Amino acid sequence: MDKNMIKEFIAKRVAKMLKDGDVVNLGIGMPTLVANYLPEGANIFLQSENGFIGVGPAPEQGNENMNIVNAGGQCVTILPGGVFFDSATSFSIIRGGHVDMTVLGALQVDEKGNLANWMIPGKMVPGMGGAMDLVTGAKKVTIAMEHTAKGAHKILKQCTLPLTAAHQVDYIVTEMGFMEVTKEGIVLREINPEFTVEEVQAATEATLIIPEDMVQMEV
Amino acid sequence: MHKQITMEQAVDMVKDGMTIMVGGFLGCGNPHRIIDKLVEKGVKDLTLICNDTSFPEFGVGKMVVNKQFKKIMASHVGTNPETGRQMNEKETEVILIPQGTLAEQVRAGGAGLGGILTPTGVGTVVEEGKQKIELDGIEYLLERPLKADIAIIAAQTADKFGNLVYFGATRNFNHLMATAAEIVIAEVEEIVEVGELDPNHVVTPGIFVTHLVNGGAN
Repeated sequence: MDKNMIKEFIAKRVAKMLKDGDVVNLGIGMPTLVANYLPEGANIFLQSENGFIGVGPAPEQGNENMNIVNAGGQCVTILPGGVFFDSATSFSIIRGGHVDMTVLGALQVDEKGNLANWMIPGKMVPGMGGAMDLVTGAKKVTIAMEHTAKGAHKILKQCTLPLTAAHQVDYIVTEMGFMEVTKEGIVLREINPEFTVEEVQAATEATLIIPEDMVQMEV
Repeated sequence: MHKQITMEQAVDMVKDGMTIMVGGFLGCGNPHRIIDKLVEKGVKDLTLICNDTSFPEFGVGKMVVNKQFKKIMASHVGTNPETGRQMNEKETEVILIPQGTLAEQVRAGGAGLGGILTPTGVGTVVEEGKQKIELDGIEYLLERPLKADIAIIAAQTADKFGNLVYFGATRNFNHLMATAAEIVIAEVEEIVEVGELDPNHVVTPGIFVTHLVNGGAN
């Protein structure tokens, strides 16, 4: 799979997790692609932390409105039934447990459910934005990312970068598999049939738990 | 009740060394006209409280490029490389705050609260130096309120009492910051007569807004 196919594959698998009526916040980058594959017929309420629910697709060229943008600053539209609000309301939704799932990228994630995705000391310090609140407050936290960073492990025994939040990650979706973070460790629930268990483990620093009922990952 | 002032009068209220809140999110909902004039005026040594530092060529980001802040309190500065440069070279102090915490700190400042308790940041560098309080088995950080000498905010329409109506995603921090500063200047696209706004649609009550500037249509 090339880069774009990997992103599409991951986004499609994440989209299958969503149910009718879910309030979902999609992070910047690959998680945003999930919006392209939402289950048909389901009402999924996309929340944007800059202050609205009902994020719609990008407007047609020429119809952009600079005052209707997503949390990445890109022009979007608002769907019928959508609503705008201020940042305190937005984070009441986020921190208060009213977001069913947040989907974010990661620099590192570990077997304790710790997440690091907001800074690399001395190199990249963009700030956490809304990520710490999202990871702390959302009912389910799903990490959507490439399994490794050009071969370097990202799914670790213990994060080494500054954390975004401790013990909050529930699921990890990569091009290699669908994983659940449990008290016992990271369980490989589904595997992409293009890879063997050994290959997935080799690409993962944490020791994966392979359940008997592991199935093929399908999108 | 003469809240409407000129752009020049508005800019004159911002003095060197002040703490200034600026509404907006990545430039969306920044008071762009006032910011442009503040860049021209070159007022300096300000402490900025804003969600982010936008982009170098857009909104409050221009004031960063013009080196007008000695301290910046924001949730995200990654879209403006100049903020990162000033932070790394220790020209400007940058305090990064989780976005939801920043919103609540501003709200608390305007609402007369002594602080807020949030689980966000527990177990991260954000908790350093802060009081932790455990209630019902959950750990929270005590985050203190934020206030400012002056807030510059943006809205779509005001009536002459300063009641504000917003458009689209511009509301973000603007409504909150209107409550948390001594002087609150709202840049709006249009100022209408009292009674023309539907009271059911007003988001920010005019009592919070001390001055209005007609910035014209965006």
